[in-house]
Amino acid sequence: MESGLKDHAELAAIFNKDENRVDWHDETLWWVRQKRDKMAHGLPGWEALREAASQIKDNVLSNLNEYLQQFEVNAQANGIIVHWAADAKEHNEIVLELLLKNGIRKMVKSKSMLTEECHLNEYLEQQGIDVIDSDLGERIVQLAKEPPSHIVLPCIHKKKEEIGDLFHIHLGTPAGNADPQLLTEAARQHLREVFLTRKAALTGVNFAVAETGEFVVCTNEGNADMGAHLADIHIASMGIEKIIPQRKHLGVFLRLLARSATGQPITTYSSHFVKPRDGQQMHIIIVDNGRSIQLGREDFRNSLKCIRCGACMNTCPVYRRSGGHSYHTAIAGPIGAILAPNLDMEKYADLPFASTLCGSCSNVCPVKIDIHQQLYKWRQVIVQKGYTTTAKKASMKLMAFTLSSPAAYHTGGKVGRWVLKHAPFAVNNKFNPWFKQRDMPEPPEQSFGEWYNENRKK
Amino acid sequence: MSSRDKILSAVAASQPRLSLLPDLDILKGGEINVVEKFTEVLTAIGGKVINIARLDEVTAYIEMNTAAGQRVVNLLSDSLGMRAPQADIKDLPHTLDNIELAVLQADMGIAENGAIWLNENRLGQRVTPFICQHLVVIMDKSNIVPTMHHAYEKIGDEKYGFATFIAGPSKTADIEQSLVLGAHGSRSMTVFLRIFKQAELVKLFQNYLAKTKVAIILTLVYMSVFC
Amino acid sequence: MKVGLFIPCYVDQFYPGAAIATLQLLEKLGVDVTYPPNQTCCGQPMANSGFEHLTGGCNDLFIKNFAGFDYVVAPSGSCVLHIKEHLHGDADPQETINHKVYELTEFLTDVLKVKSLPAKFPHKVGMHQSCHGQRGLHLSQMTELAAPEYSKPGSLLNMVEGIELIPLNRKDECCGFGGTFCVAEEAVSVKMGKDRVADHLEHGAEYITGVDMSCLMHMEGILNRQGSKVKVLHIAEILNAG
Repeated sequence: MESGLKDHAELAAIFNKDENRVDWHDETLWWVRQKRDKMAHGLPGWEALREAASQIKDNVLSNLNEYLQQFEVNAQANGIIVHWAADAKEHNEIVLELLLKNGIRKMVKSKSMLTEECHLNEYLEQQGIDVIDSDLGERIVQLAKEPPSHIVLPCIHKKKEEIGDLFHIHLGTPAGNADPQLLTEAARQHLREVFLTRKAALTGVNFAVAETGEFVVCTNEGNADMGAHLADIHIASMGIEKIIPQRKHLGVFLRLLARSATGQPITTYSSHFVKPRDGQQMHIIIVDNGRSIQLGREDFRNSLKCIRCGACMNTCPVYRRSGGHSYHTAIAGPIGAILAPNLDMEKYADLPFASTLCGSCSNVCPVKIDIHQQLYKWRQVIVQKGYTTTAKKASMKLMAFTLSSPAAYHTGGKVGRWVLKHAPFAVNNKFNPWFKQRDMPEPPEQSFGEWYNENRKK
Repeated sequence: MSSRDKILSAVAASQPRLSLLPDLDILKGGEINVVEKFTEVLTAIGGKVINIARLDEVTAYIEMNTAAGQRVVNLLSDSLGMRAPQADIKDLPHTLDNIELAVLQADMGIAENGAIWLNENRLGQRVTPFICQHLVVIMDKSNIVPTMHHAYEKIGDEKYGFATFIAGPSKTADIEQSLVLGAHGSRSMTVFLRIFKQAELVKLFQNYLAKTKVAIILTLVYMSVFC
Repeated sequence: MKVGLFIPCYVDQFYPGAAIATLQLLEKLGVDVTYPPNQTCCGQPMANSGFEHLTGGCNDLFIKNFAGFDYVVAPSGSCVLHIKEHLHGDADPQETINHKVYELTEFLTDVLKVKSLPAKFPHKVGMHQSCHGQRGLHLSQMTELAAPEYSKPGSLLNMVEGIELIPLNRKDECCGFGGTFCVAEEAVSVKMGKDRVADHLEHGAEYITGVDMSCLMHMEGILNRQGSKVKVLHIAEILNAG
């Protein structure tokens, strides 16, 4: 953790100051998890489908070099212009250059977690480009000048009254009106004007098919399509891991994606872009930004199988009670906690520890990423690389010493129990985080070892 | 070295040993009543399904659901009467902003998720099914397949510049998970399922042929045994 | 069949009752069970904190204590999972240790194939599914998976006379203990614990039980702070009751 910045535990503690809000956040996301369960349990062959998706993604990672080139050749043959960006900076520069070359200073954007990862909006705004996010949730957090707190539900942390206030200020909706229907209608009117006037539209990519050179973008709102089909230039940004081998594999992923994400049988729109329409330019930016490094980390490479459904966040008991912003990275939750350390181990050293390792994330993952196992493994790597505190190191060493020696352990245990019984103030104080909201266990007269010695020793 | 080459060589150096692709045929599942399932799912996600025998039932629906002066665009090969003549919409896509209702033909529906498949050659303009306020789709019942696996099997290497699955009206639940229909795309989607007479006839004929084939084979078997 | 009893360090020190019940239950079922006196800890507290490299001493000690047994049984899903997944020594013996370590209810169900128990516990009991036992050792079916229901601890509890197992709104949500997580992430840990406890209270539990005393210790801390009369008991104490 960088000095001066708050870590997950501190940010989560702030989030937990308003317990009612935590309850509301938890219940809202638990409801999404339940919708997902209903779909998963209702679809015959769900587990086989997850297994197939996992195997396809394993194949993709094992043959990525080939698939990327195949995709490039086919996309180019379709009339798409392909760009390559080694990192976030290069990605952002490519977008800017495309806009400036075409004399465009205003762009509409649909949801793309990659552009969040690259901090594209900030970059373009600094360059005097006006960017408007068109996904309702993204538009809301954009107006609030906040990052999204969830990859599928960007403003899930916001109450409708807060959104009503924002819309009153920015879109002129009636003061004090927080009706989702009315607010959505206001956004529809406001953004339709945007769609009709923007010459450039940027979208993300859910899947890119090597065999055909096409890419698929999924939305419920229709905002990606509204932007792309009305703009002169369509720019699509994708991470290198978005490739899938063949068109038929879309069947597997489109069956899983929305069911896992929101409990819908499929997103409202699953649009397949092959060629630019007459007179339009279509660009794809293929971005690495650390992914090839993660691919080389044997223990962590399969995090690249992620299809960004957000199911691991909805099920995570920690995420639900700490909020997306406590992860201080573009992709929050369990998946974010195994992706972020690859980008900056020091800055995100806290994230793999923001978990009880309960394993629910791995069970809901539609591509079977062993998320909780990777959290455990990242902890080892982070400590080995020295991104831990001196105090923690010292206490772990002491613990390891005590527990490696039966004599030290028995003495330590006896002393501990004596202190708890006769000098509880030494433990029950504000320096003990356990005691803050929980009582210490009642110390027994005897340990089991002592009891056994008296009662069973032959 | 260019970024392209840098990325490709880094990937080549990092990727693990080749693993095999799975067999997808086992995922197709058993027989289902596709029309029933399609109707149930599309209705559940906010769409509407209406069974029809004749196209003029669509005309009546359009008359009922649009007001005079509202723009109706009909992209079927059939003319649907006064309010919805066949339209040619090759102008700038932005001019479609005032479409109240668009009528399209779909060539495939998917039972498991209520989606319909639209190749851009059915759309006039790519933006049509998104920019219209209300979407009406005509589809033959016989074109519904059980799952997405069947769908992509049928799509095969179909050529298109753009194509899309649409499942119901556009929607959002971004505000406190409250579902609102009509986000940026169409506010409603109504699918008219048609029993296409010609298709029915073809089916009957095929059944007849199949039966005759059995009879011919049986005759041959009898002949070879007894002669 | 010689069985070595492994008692997790915090159970040894704070919850000898759970350990005694485990021992008595196994004896009652005719098992030749021994408690090697020089045991300490499985090493999980260090490993889960990122210090697996400091667990060598614990590992060697564990292997030394338990190499001679046919089975090792412990009243903890979490420690057993750690041993199965991460405990390894320098030499070979760990190969034979990892697969012969059993969590108590798993041992009763899969090895002893217990069909009935002479236990009686006429109370309303909430069963907490500790994550490591459930999702790690597959002691019970997990709600995330589309797969048939089963529960090893649940079916054992159902053999107890007079017990009434209460339903829960969230059948297998984590309680928030999580090892050092419980102090490092105090706010979230406590909130998770409060929510879990509330689910049991809402359904009228008189006791909360489970296969891991660590989760129960955490929930007990919350119950006691709230002044609740509801008690926690390790599953061995119920299976050995009456």
